[in-house]
Amino acid sequence: MKQEIVIAGFGGQGVLSMGMTLAYGGMVENKDVSWMPSYGPEMRGGTANCTVILNDEKISSPIINSFDTAIILNQPSMAKFESKVKPGGQIIYESNNILTPPTRSDITILDIPANKEAVKLNIKRVMNMIILGTYLGLNPVLKIESILKALTKVLPGRHHHLIPINQQALERGMELATQPTIM
Amino acid sequence: MKKRVSEKILMKGNEAIAEAAIRAGVKAYFGYPITPQSELLEYMSAQLNSRGGVFLQAESEVAAINMVYGAAGCGERVMTSTSSPGFSLMQEGISYIASAELPCLLVNVQRGGPGLGTIQPAQSDYFQAVKGGGHGDYNLIVLAPNSVQEMANFTYLGFDLADQYRTPVLILADGALGQMMEPVVFPDYDIVKNKVDHSSWATRGKKDGKQHVITTLHIEPEKMEIINNHLQEKYRDICDKEIRFEATKTDDAEILLIAYGLSSRIAHHALELARDEGLKVGLFRPITLYPFPYRQIRALTKKVDSILTVEMNAGQMVEDVRLAVGEKVPVHFYGRTGGVIPQPEEILEKIRAISIAPQMEKIF
Repeated sequence: MKQEIVIAGFGGQGVLSMGMTLAYGGMVENKDVSWMPSYGPEMRGGTANCTVILNDEKISSPIINSFDTAIILNQPSMAKFESKVKPGGQIIYESNNILTPPTRSDITILDIPANKEAVKLNIKRVMNMIILGTYLGLNPVLKIESILKALTKVLPGRHHHLIPINQQALERGMELATQPTIM
Repeated sequence: MKKRVSEKILMKGNEAIAEAAIRAGVKAYFGYPITPQSELLEYMSAQLNSRGGVFLQAESEVAAINMVYGAAGCGERVMTSTSSPGFSLMQEGISYIASAELPCLLVNVQRGGPGLGTIQPAQSDYFQAVKGGGHGDYNLIVLAPNSVQEMANFTYLGFDLADQYRTPVLILADGALGQMMEPVVFPDYDIVKNKVDHSSWATRGKKDGKQHVITTLHIEPEKMEIINNHLQEKYRDICDKEIRFEATKTDDAEILLIAYGLSSRIAHHALELARDEGLKVGLFRPITLYPFPYRQIRALTKKVDSILTVEMNAGQMVEDVRLAVGEKVPVHFYGRTGGVIPQPEEILEKIRAISIAPQMEKIF
């Protein structure tokens, strides 16, 4: 099975680390993976995105232009990536950061209040893990244990004490996946 | 020794080169930061000094390559890395190093040009890499990885070839290969076993009373020609022994894609899409850009109807493909420039067009 995902938002929202966690998790499960960050002009304009591919077989091109899933954390990224989701694919977006929701009718669209949920957990920075949890809830491509193992690699040692709260965030995200506002 | 990793890890291509170089026993790294290569220099600055080598950030690329020249003259494993504008600055020094026959590893993580250009991935330094780049009749061995794993593997290979032929070796990558993360396993490398004895020429002080001189100035033309003849003999030897390539689904191919580095990955995806439509497409990927696999490409013209070369430039390697093929089959080209990456769908579109009308494109 092949999953092609783009994660996009502002710098500081945990876009790149969310992608890296997903890619590392895929590697833990012996999938072929690739993680391609934006590092060009868009980074310097304050937005960031990364492309993650998980594949049971060898990945041919790490450069892709259409996605099974777009995880969107800000409005400029919605404008950029809404049209690039494959028909039948999905967009998961963060409610607070999106004023104009997507309008496509041939894809699944999920609106996740991840910021609000992160505040409830008393740590805003786990917003990205809530969204990642939602993604994994909807697309059970990886086990949560693999993601937790990935976090030990992605997070620097000094932040390892935060893994339990990240786990809580992932689990909350997975719960939200079962009760989203599907448009 | 700080950190040794032997299991599969997720790493950027830039970091994989740095880690592999340290494992290959690089004694000195000289460089100057430039996107999209900087992670390589950062990795070296963090690790090399505590892992048996010297890291030094030079004041410019010109200084860095001349430091490489000096350190290579001592017969030690040395390297530098940069991106396109920085590689242009290094050309004079590289010509000197080639002339003096010093082993070293160079890395160019290409970005879009010309000029200061963009920081996005490109392959527009092909001519500069394979046709000399600096002045004089010299060539580099040019290795073109297309994955993070190969970034590591070719670092080992590059150092070994440099030692074996006493010549600078270039890893020609691009911004995407440098920035992206993929799983990588570092093969075991025995530094002691792979060590080449350079004591007959290296400048290591007059311990044995014999003076070793490294110079590239030979004012008498007859002497300079002898050196040139020797270099050309060496390049012929390299062309005989070191050609590397990869052929995918060429057995029944009617349309042959030719691409290297990142382009070959994208072309491979296009091949899969085309095969899904029943189009018989194969892919030939030069791994060594110098020596270039002319003979191997020429041999394939007996099987295929037409060739499509895909590059991230305005058409550079395609000239070598045309040189290999002559008029035997039509050679087409598809490229994007300035840091824009060609998409698999665009290549597919071109493949479809060729399958309908495979005639020769007008070159000029």
